[in-house]
Amino acid sequence: MTAAAEGSPPLRMTRARRNALLQSEPVQGLALISPTLVYALILLVLPILVVIAHSFWTQHYLTIDRSFTLENYRIALTEPIYRDLLWRSLYISLTVSLLTVLLAYPIAYFISFHGGRHKSLWLFLITIPFWTSYLLRVMSWKVILGYNGVLNSGLMGLGIIDEPSTALLYNSSAVIITLTHAWAAFAILPIFVSLEKVDRTLVEAAKDLGDGPLRSFLRVTLPLSAPGVISAALIVMIPTVGDYVTPKLVGGKDGVMIANAIQAQFGKASNWPLGAALSVTTMVIVTLMAGATVLVIRALQRLAR
Amino acid sequence: MTAVRRFLTGGWLPAYAFLYVVFLYLPVIFLPIFSINTAATPKFPLTGFTLHWYEDLPRTPALLDAAWNSLIVGVSAAILSTVLGILAARSITRYRYPGRRAINGLIMAPLVLPEVIVAISMLLVMLQLGLSLSLFTVVLGHVLVCIPYSMTVLTSGFEGFDRSLEEASADLGESAFGTFRRVTLPMVAPAIISSLLVCFTISLDEFIIAFFLTGTEATLPIYIWGQLRFAAKLPGVLAPGTLLLVASFLLMTIAEILRRRAARRTQNEGGLYA
Repeated sequence: MTAAAEGSPPLRMTRARRNALLQSEPVQGLALISPTLVYALILLVLPILVVIAHSFWTQHYLTIDRSFTLENYRIALTEPIYRDLLWRSLYISLTVSLLTVLLAYPIAYFISFHGGRHKSLWLFLITIPFWTSYLLRVMSWKVILGYNGVLNSGLMGLGIIDEPSTALLYNSSAVIITLTHAWAAFAILPIFVSLEKVDRTLVEAAKDLGDGPLRSFLRVTLPLSAPGVISAALIVMIPTVGDYVTPKLVGGKDGVMIANAIQAQFGKASNWPLGAALSVTTMVIVTLMAGATVLVIRALQRLAR
Repeated sequence: MTAVRRFLTGGWLPAYAFLYVVFLYLPVIFLPIFSINTAATPKFPLTGFTLHWYEDLPRTPALLDAAWNSLIVGVSAAILSTVLGILAARSITRYRYPGRRAINGLIMAPLVLPEVIVAISMLLVMLQLGLSLSLFTVVLGHVLVCIPYSMTVLTSGFEGFDRSLEEASADLGESAFGTFRRVTLPMVAPAIISSLLVCFTISLDEFIIAFFLTGTEATLPIYIWGQLRFAAKLPGVLAPGTLLLVASFLLMTIAEILRRRAARRTQNEGGLYA
């Protein structure tokens, strides 16, 4: 740029250099991705920064007081109601991710090792229900577990129970069942991908060296698929902690989760800073829990070898 | 002893896989079943076949409005996110530059963040910017969550795309536009259409972001949510729910067939399902 003032020959050189720069891979690549990147920056990064900023502010009716305070975090972490909701959300998301991974692993293993020619058909069959509306899937669990629902009326029809059970719907178990069903496919895919990468000759070698099927699975296949198990656990744990629809539809009073409290702060209660602090707290704690999960799985992996 | 042996060698796996698929499909199948049942509550035994829940649909103006809104939002979100997805996927698959992985991670992040938090953060910014909430703000939100899916579909279509084909076409005297139209486009078209369908389906089914970012206009999931509060209206929700279910099912099947065709053309496997 400064070379422009130095006369024409250097100018031509700079232009040539600039053209070379413009045609270089990094510049072209970055230029091409910039619209998408800018979009993500404006609608994802900026909003999250705004939420973090709000969490340190205070709301007086309609105006926001922008002086720094940690009061919202004190409320979020010590008020029994929010503490309980946070604990319950963490408990539910941990249980759900554990269940989905346990239930999904054999399926991923079956498709990867015994799927044969039909691998992609199996994957398609398993993922297709998950492209249907999440709201509708939660709704169908309400239909199944309800007082006058499918399960109660079915069991009564079969003579197994005499009167409808109220224990099925509106509690945290109902939330856990629904979420486990809703996230099943998301756990299968990463585990499947990592199982596909397991070198089959290693499994063969373990068997040739005298390991039985269980031993070779525990010492070769399972540790090698740990990365898939980790991503499956995280991909389920992080989004479920902030689930709103499921607790609202099937959770009842005992199944309320933190997202419902966050929504209330942005709706009826109209306390944005507290809602923001609750969101940030949830994200930080779930990130810590995710980190701990990764460490535990890695430790187990080392132990198995 | 044989039972233990069967367990260890995985003889139970096919049976387990079958049961698992049943577990995945069963809840979803109850919606269509009860949508053609005469009883007003979804319970067994079934009372009889009727289509009258469906016949009521065209006579519900709120539902028709919601369907129309969903269509507008879905089409806009699909086009916008696919355009942004094409740029990003092409950049990621074609060029090598520092920060590529980090940028990719950022663009894919909405996939793994709690939707409520994504939604309320966008809501805060939009209100601060003085945007009034409308279908437009819903489109903005949907594009953000659709881009990762669009990227996944398109990357699998673009990866392994042989640039020498384009160069050969140019060397043989095709113009830049001719090369694009006759070489590039046919190769990537299935992936692009697949991305459009996937994004449309996601937008059509998406609830949380639409719920927070819409003004007074409802999309289909918001309409269904509103009706769910009244137990008496459940059968009236099962019918549009079933239609939505069937639509997603068909769209995703077509999208997957196209994606596979695209992947085959560029001799590349993987993507959405692998």
